[in-house]
Order: sequence, then structure tokens, then C-alpha cells
Amino acid sequence: MSNVSLTSAIPMLLKAVPRSRNFEAVLLFWVAGIHAFALAQIQLAVNLEMSADLLVYWAPPTISAWLLHYVLRKHAVNADGLLLPLAFLLNGLGIAMIYRLDLAEITNGGPDLFAERQVWLSCFAMLIAAVVVRFVKNPLVLRRFPYLAGAAAVVLLALPAAPVIGRTLNGATLWIGVGDLTFQPGEIAKILLAIFFAGYLASRKGSLSEIGSRVLGMRVPGAKDLGPILLFWIASIGVLVLQRDLGTSILYFGLFLVMIYTATGRGFYVGIGMVMMITGALVASRVFDYVAARFDSWLDPFSQANYSAAGGSYQLVQGLFGMAHGDVIGAGLGSGFPQLIPLAESDFIFAAMGEELGMAGVFAILAIYLLIVYRGLRISNTNQDDFSKLLALGLAFVIGLQVFVVSGGVMGLLPLTGLTTPFLAAGGSSLLANWAIIALLLVLSDSSLRRSAA
Amino acid sequence: MNRQVRRVGLFLTVMFVALFAMASSIQVLRTQSLYQDPRNVRAAYETYKTQRGSILVGEQEVVTSDPINDQYRFLRNYDSVLYSSVVGYFSIFSGSSGIERSMNSLLSGQSSAQFFEQINALLDGTPVTGAAIELSLDADIQKAAWDALGARKGAVVAMDPATGRIIAMVSKPGFDANLLAGHSSQATTSAYRELLDDPDSPLVNRAIGGDLYHPGSVFKIVVAAAALESGRYSTGTTFENLDRYRLPGTTTYINNSNNSTCGDGALVTLETALIRSCNIPFAILAVDLGQDRIRAQAELMGFGDELAIPLTVTPSIYPQDMELPQVALSGFGQFDVRTTPLQIAMSTAAIANQGVLMKPQLIDQVVASNLNVLSQPQPQVFSSPMSRETAALLTRMMVDSVEFGAASNAGISSIAVAGKTGTAENGIDEPYTLWFTGFAPAESPEIVVTVVVEDGGGIGQNGTGNQVAAPIAKAVMQAVLNK
Repeated sequence: MSNVSLTSAIPMLLKAVPRSRNFEAVLLFWVAGIHAFALAQIQLAVNLEMSADLLVYWAPPTISAWLLHYVLRKHAVNADGLLLPLAFLLNGLGIAMIYRLDLAEITNGGPDLFAERQVWLSCFAMLIAAVVVRFVKNPLVLRRFPYLAGAAAVVLLALPAAPVIGRTLNGATLWIGVGDLTFQPGEIAKILLAIFFAGYLASRKGSLSEIGSRVLGMRVPGAKDLGPILLFWIASIGVLVLQRDLGTSILYFGLFLVMIYTATGRGFYVGIGMVMMITGALVASRVFDYVAARFDSWLDPFSQANYSAAGGSYQLVQGLFGMAHGDVIGAGLGSGFPQLIPLAESDFIFAAMGEELGMAGVFAILAIYLLIVYRGLRISNTNQDDFSKLLALGLAFVIGLQVFVVSGGVMGLLPLTGLTTPFLAAGGSSLLANWAIIALLLVLSDSSLRRSAA
Repeated sequence: MNRQVRRVGLFLTVMFVALFAMASSIQVLRTQSLYQDPRNVRAAYETYKTQRGSILVGEQEVVTSDPINDQYRFLRNYDSVLYSSVVGYFSIFSGSSGIERSMNSLLSGQSSAQFFEQINALLDGTPVTGAAIELSLDADIQKAAWDALGARKGAVVAMDPATGRIIAMVSKPGFDANLLAGHSSQATTSAYRELLDDPDSPLVNRAIGGDLYHPGSVFKIVVAAAALESGRYSTGTTFENLDRYRLPGTTTYINNSNNSTCGDGALVTLETALIRSCNIPFAILAVDLGQDRIRAQAELMGFGDELAIPLTVTPSIYPQDMELPQVALSGFGQFDVRTTPLQIAMSTAAIANQGVLMKPQLIDQVVASNLNVLSQPQPQVFSSPMSRETAALLTRMMVDSVEFGAASNAGISSIAVAGKTGTAENGIDEPYTLWFTGFAPAESPEIVVTVVVEDGGGIGQNGTGNQVAAPIAKAVMQAVLNK
């Protein structure tokens, strides 16, 4: 079948990539160079001169990446050599774009600056990644506590709806905060959920894939086996109601479906799950005003009514204007007007990239994401035990799906949601979670090699 | 399980292909429509980053863009109010007009003629700079026209009949474009409101637009040209010399402006009628000649055409489907005949240039920032509305009109000036519109001047074209002849 050859060709191609740390080091040099170049171009384009400020935005993340590289050398020497440079490349580009938006904000005399914070958050996230690599040498330890992970995920998900610490921004209740510190627990929850699913499914996959009764020529599992999927569907709807965000709900449910499908090999779950998801989304668009507004803006963003409505399509349309202005090769870093797009530093950083780097840049960024996802799938493929396979797949898929939902939303392919763009967007929780995913994938790739070599 | 992993990979690949396709659609297929959406301010913002080209009169930069330390980078600076009606204004908050508007793509560096400059700018990082526009205006003549018009509302157009180059174009009152070019949205918008609400409409370039004027007797040169061109009339053709004339099919009478006959005798020639600017013979002539012939002649001279010089010129009107009494009135430029001063200057220029009308032009050349000449409009024939003989006959009559006829105040000693006045009525108690159009020297014209003064030059129904408009034209002609 051609699809099989297509999807297997790419991992095979990448097999040629040596896993050595030396290769990673060369790539890191390259990436650091790209970051320096991007920052310099921004300074020249906006301020017409370069300044030593550049080092503030360049050096700390670079040092952190090298630290992570060093830890890998010490503790996971056979880990995948592409993941760190690719994620770091995106992270640095994000910092550059946020810095560029800061410069525009300074010119306009505005108070909202994000870049310096993003630099330190990136360093912190990479440090946490290093800690994960250092201490989770064998990912199978994670398998021991699936229910604990699941329970933790549920608690984290419920936190934003809690009184006092819960925060609602732009209509979605995704944040918790104490004072000025805010945190999006859902980002961490997605990792815990992947661990929970992987542990649960690895031990239950036999019973879940047992043949149930036949109805209309289709194999339908018994009620016992339908239990989990129903339960989780209800949980996703619960998330939607509590957090008022369709994207998070789709992300978790999609993760669940893909992992149960992979564990059992039964398309039935995907089929019924998709039907449930779409039904849920349609019902939600009827029941909840905020979902309905998102759908209206998505279906006809250019109508004046949606454009000028509060929470309407203004942001989406401004993002599209920006991307269109970028054309094929982009306006050039520092030469576009991404500051015209609301929340260009976080939710709409993809559009800001599209404006200044053009379609070429958008393709490159999407290709980097796809490469990270492929590496994750390859790690799943080469791991021997079910838990590691499922976990790697789940983590890779969650990145891919999140990119799809976010950038699809920004480009008008899907209704807009409150998810963040991994590695690029300003925001600590997102950086932390995605670097933790990279760390787990690195660990999983290292252990897989060790075991197959043994 | 690996089979499922591969399928998940395929699924993700399909999702990403959709993203690639969507990006291509936005950034390639839909760029134009998104860029042109009126809600997209990027197109406007893009132009601010470019140092806009200067506008020059002769060697002198009358409009410049000066670097300034704010988000708009450059401040447009208008040197003199003398040129306000021609150069117009370029405002961030209130649109644009004049040369600033019609030459915008070149001034802003966005035109296709500047493609290679844009590529170079992209490659070596130097910012694109807009092209400079050199106007055909002559600073001295412009100043003479401005001063001669004084505090009166109206317009002066002066052009070189042999090339169509416009050497002076004044519209009063003018305005200070610096008020609209400012970078404070509030100040600019309120200044704009004030100018818009001003009953004297300073933003309108009266020479080429606005509400148009009744031409009155200056239209007689068009009717006379139509008559001579028809072959049925000569300068000696006679008309009944009446002291009043009943409009055909009505009980309404019209008079000559002296309320008497057109000179002595029972008959009056076309020549005398034009020199003395009598209405009754021209009313008879118009009815006799027919509106179609007059309209055809008027259209050959530019009536009904929307010219771009490159400012957009409002088309002048000779009405369609008139009844006979209206045709009679149109013979001396009344009823609904309406025109721009430029149109009258063009009609005059056709006579001055021996029957060949050159297309009016305000631009001498457009020079890119690298000093390449991007465009240099060449003199262009607009039409040949009359024979050389007709032009010569009309010239002679217009010279006589200045020497001992109705346009005497335009006379310059030792030089033959050709001219025609007009005193157009606008309604029972409305002040007159006062005209003069002419050229000098008559035998080899260097300049055509058309002057219009609104509101009777401030003296209601007491002024005539000869009293008010002719001396203004004379001052402008002298400025040219003394150079």
C-alpha cells in the first residue's frame, strides 16, 4: 500500500541520521548561528543599528541548550540527535519574534514586553528537560503510577475552574494564577494524560481489543470495553464546559483516541470517537455562546458583523492580512507589521511568523514540527515494550495535533481555539510542557537503543 | 502495533498537508484580495516607511519628506501655499489629493517602473525612496497669477499652447497642506473637518473641478468656431440687429448686455457680434446652427472628456437634448453649459496653436532616487478641432476684441493680445461669474491664460469680465512676456 511506504519512507530516510552527540553539537552551532542572525536582522531593521542587547536574548538560551546537550552526553548518549536542535531552533525563533514585537511595542510606548521573560522561561524549561533526562533514565518507572498520573491530570485540569486561583482570559478558563504569576496547568496535564493512557492501555490492550458482539456486520465491543471511551468523552465535555475551550477538549480527546487505536488496532474506536467528537463540537456550538461565536467567526470571518463583534473575527482577519502581506518570501524580520495582530506574541505568533518570514518560513516551521513528530513516531516504532511505544506515540501526536489545531485556527482552517503554538509562543507553561515532552522523547529514544543493542 | 504507528504518521502527514495547502492559499492565491481589503492598513503603513519623493517646480523643492523620529519616519512638508491646489495633500488620516494622489505610486516608490530599484533595495538593504516629480509649473508665473488674483475666489490657468504644458494653475482660496500632513490624528482630522466645512471649499481645485462654472460669453469662441467650421458662415455673415430677442416658442425676451442693439445698422456681422460680445446674434446663430454641431465642436475641444493631466479633470458639459430656447441660451454660454477654467483654456489654446489642441500636462518629468528618468511626458496632440483658417479668423477677432472691443483691459502696449471676456449669470440676484480667456502675443502665442473670478469678484452684479478678470490675465501674460 502506498500510504505505508510513504510513512515508512521518511523514518527510513532519517535512520541515516547518526545519533551521536557530535552530530547534535554541529546542529546546535548552526541553530545558535541562525538565532544570532535573526536577532541581528531584527535590530538592524527596527533600530537601524545593532546593540549589545542581542546577547541578552541569545546567550542564555544557547547556554541552556548546550547544558542540555552536556547532560545528554553524560546520561543519554544514544538519544535522538535531531530533537534538541529542532526544538531549540523553534524556541529561539520564537524569542526573536517576541523580541521584535517588543521593539514595536517600545516604539509605540506600550507597556507589554515579553521577550526577556521568554528568555528566562526557555532557560528554565530546558533546565527542567535536563533534569528529566538526568533522573528519568528508564521511562518504565513512569509506568508504575498510571492512576496517580491520571488523577494528577484531572486535578490540574480542574484547577482553573477553582475559586481564587482560577483565571479567565479571552473567554477561556485555562489559567491559574497567584499574583502576577500565571500558569496553564492543561499543558502539563497533557503529558500526565499521555503517561496515564500509555500505562493503562499497555496493561489492558488485550481486553480492549477482544471481539465483542457483532451488530450490523460491525464488531462492537461489550459495554465493559465501551466504558473507558464513554467516560473520557464525558471528561472531555467536562473540560469544554469548565475551561470554555474547544481546542483543549479536542486535544485531549484526540490523544485518547489515537492511543487507544494504537494499543488495540481497532478502527472502531477512531470511528465512534470521531463521531462523538464532531457531535460534541456541534452540540457545543449550539449550547455555548462562546463556541457559537467562534464558529461564526470561522465560517465567515470577513463579514463586517463578525469582524467588529467583541471576540469576533478581528484577530483572525488581522492575522490573515499579516500572512498575506508576507507573501512567498516574507516582509523580512523586523520589516512587517505583526504588531497590528492582537496577541501576536502568543496565540497568533504563527501569523506573525507568516508575515515576516513568508510562506517559505511557514513551510519551514511546519516542516520542523513535522520532523519532530516523525522522530517521535520513529522512537515509538523502534521501542520494544508497549508502554514506551504508546508513550512516544502519544507525545509525538500531541505536538502534531496541537500544531494542527493552533495553526489551522490561525489560518482559518478550523475554528480558533486557545491552544498555544509549541516552542514559539510566549508563555512558560507551554515551554515547560513541550520541553518536558522533548526530554521524555529523548529518554525514550535512548532506552530503545540501549535495549536493542543489548 | 507498528502498523498503527505508521497509520498515525500518515494521519498526521495528511493534517500537515492541509496546513501547507492553507498557507499556500493565503500567501499566494489570496494575497491580492487580502492586501486590498479596506480594513487592512498594511498597504498604507507600507508607504510610510518609504521616504516619499519630492515635488519640484523648476529647481525648487516645493514638497519634501523630512526624517522625523516617530513611527511614521517622515514628515511631509509643504513649502508654499502657492501650489496647494496642484500638489494637494498627503495625509495619514484624511486621504490625499492633487499630485500627491494621482502620482502616489511613483512618489511612494511602489510603481512597477521602480521594480528594479525595489529589487536593489531588497538586495543591498538600502530603503526604497520615492521618485521626485518635476512639475511643468513656472514659479514666477505661478506667483504672478497668485498675486494678481489677490483675495478673490477663483482660478487662473496658464499654458503653453504649442506643448500643452501648464505653467500656472492657481485656485483660491488655497489651504495649508501642512495642517493635514501632521502625525497627530486628532489635530489632522479636526483641521480636515474645518477645511471640508469651509463654505469657500479651499480643498477644491477650481481650475479643474468642483461645481464647474457657467462660461457665459467665453463660450462664444466655441460657437463661433462651430459656425466657421460648418462652412455655412463667415466672419461677414450677418444677423438681424435686434435690441431684444424673443426665445423661440416662448414669451421670454433676452437682451444684449448693453440693453440695446449690437452697434448701429439693421444688420450685424458675426465678427462684430464676437468683438462686442453681443448675446442676441449668438442666440440666433446657435438656433440656426443647431445644438448638435455646437456639441460636436465643444467635444472636439475636450468637453465631456475626463482628462488626466495627471490630475483628474471634471468633464465640462454641453447639455444633451435641449429645447430651442435652451439652445439659444447655450449660444452665449448660459442655460446648463458648465465648464472648468482648464476647458476654456484648452478651447483658447486650440485657436492659439493654429487649430491643433495639445493635451494639457502638469508633469515635466519623473526622476527616480537613482536619478533615472522614469517618465517624461512628451507633447501630445489632443485633437484638431478647427482648420488653420478658422483659427486665424478667430485670433483676429479676439485681437480686435482686446484692441477696441469688449476685452480692452487686457491690452498690452506694443504687443497684440487676443482675448475674450465673459460675464456669466448664475440666477436673478446671484453675483456674476467673471471670465477672461486669451493669449499673447497673438501672432506667435507663448501663453494662453484663462481667468475665472467667482461671486462677481466681490462686487455682485456690478463687475464684468473686462473689469475684473482681464487685468488679472494681463498681469500673468506680462509676467511671461517679460521673462
